Order: sequence, then C-alpha cells, then structure tokens
Amino acid sequence: MEVFRVVTEPIRPDALADIVADVTDGAVVTFCGVVRNHSGDNATAYLEYEAYPEMAEKVLADLGKEAQSRWPIGKVSVLHRTGRLEIGETAVLIAVASPHRKEAFEACSYLMDRIKEAVPIWKKEIGANGEYWVEGPEPARGTAPA
Amino acid sequence: MIRVRLFARCRELAGTAQLEISLAPGATVRDVKAHLIARFPDLAGLASTLAAAVNSEYADEEQVVNPGDEVAFIPPVSGGSGKWKCFVW
Repeated sequence: MEVFRVVTEPIRPDALADIVADVTDGAVVTFCGVVRNHSGDNATAYLEYEAYPEMAEKVLADLGKEAQSRWPIGKVSVLHRTGRLEIGETAVLIAVASPHRKEAFEACSYLMDRIKEAVPIWKKEIGANGEYWVEGPEPARGTAPA
Repeated sequence: MIRVRLFARCRELAGTAQLEISLAPGATVRDVKAHLIARFPDLAGLASTLAAAVNSEYADEEQVVNPGDEVAFIPPVSGGSGKWKCFVW
C-alpha cells in the first residue's frame, strides 16, 4: 500500500522505507526536506506550513502515479507535515522503490520539484525580519496529463 | 450554496478561511472570484496569481460551479526548479 498523507505530528526519516520496499526492488531512495536556519541572508526562527489537506493528499497521489508513468519504479509514498516546524525538523518525506537505483533517484528528485509546483501546501517563514509567505513566481499548476 | 475556501496569504488578507456564497445558475469559477474580490478588495492584488480548484481538482476559470461545490483559491506554492516546464499542463 502506498501512503500520501498530510500530517501534523513529527515525521521520522525512516517512516516510509518499509512501506515502499518490495522483494523485486533493489533500491529504496528517501528524501527528507528539513527546515533550515536561514533563507538567503535572513535568519529563520521557525516555519509554519498550511495545507488544503484533502486536495493536497489527492495531488500527492496523482504525482506518485505521474512519476510511475515516467520511470519504471515500484511503490511511492509521501508524507508532508503542517503546522509549526522548528529548525531541523522534517517537513516532507518522499520514498521511492525501484529495481535499480537510477530510476529511484530521478523519480524522487522529480517528485520533490512537482510537489513544490502543484501541491496546495504553503510555507510561512518567521524570522528576525518579520514573517512572510513563500510564494513562487507562477500560479500553482495541476498534474501533467498522463 | 457554494463553499469557498481560502488559504495562506489569501486567507489572511480576507480575514476568513471559509465562506458560503450563492450565485446564479451557470456561474463559473471566474464569477466566484469576482464575488470574492468585491467582498474582500484586499485580494485584488493577488487575483491574477490565484489558481482555483473545484471539489479538490484544479479548475480553469470557465468551469461552471454548482450548489454544493467547494471552490478553493490557491495562492502560488513555493515553486519548482523550472526544469520540467516542457510538459503541457
């Protein structure tokens, strides 16, 4: 079973590896997106993530299928946390299994890029210079057609 | 009634996360957005950057909305690397 979920509790870095692993897969790549202590030249105190959870989970699942249509990979799972996150905490965890490592690395990287383009989850940075929402230059975009 | 949901900067500018509105039959996402901006003028500056979703699916502005639908306005998310732009969206 694959997991695509928006959660409020802390995410352990190994939370998804067993979920995606299969005897046919020789690679499990996981990526942790972690809260860092700066943004450009500005110090970050903490982050607040807000989601449209019902849609976010649906788009995450769509992106999993999108990656599986582009690479010969096995299971994919993603967790994304919302609420207040401190420096060093995991905001997003992606796991991709595949028979060979190259596809798993590529699909994992692709998924992170697409999550930042398409999944309705927003990040607010709070630091010494105030607080502001981090917004990309373009409107959010949906899932690419299969 | 149509339920409208707002998030992030859009929610803060409007001062609410959710509202219910009533529009004439045949109203589209564009009409919902126009209604929203009339009610919350602070959103006008953000309007062109907002994506929309109807019942948790991305929708274009021509899509008709029906009573019972949930329309969400989605401010830009934090953006990708730009390296996948060859795809047709």
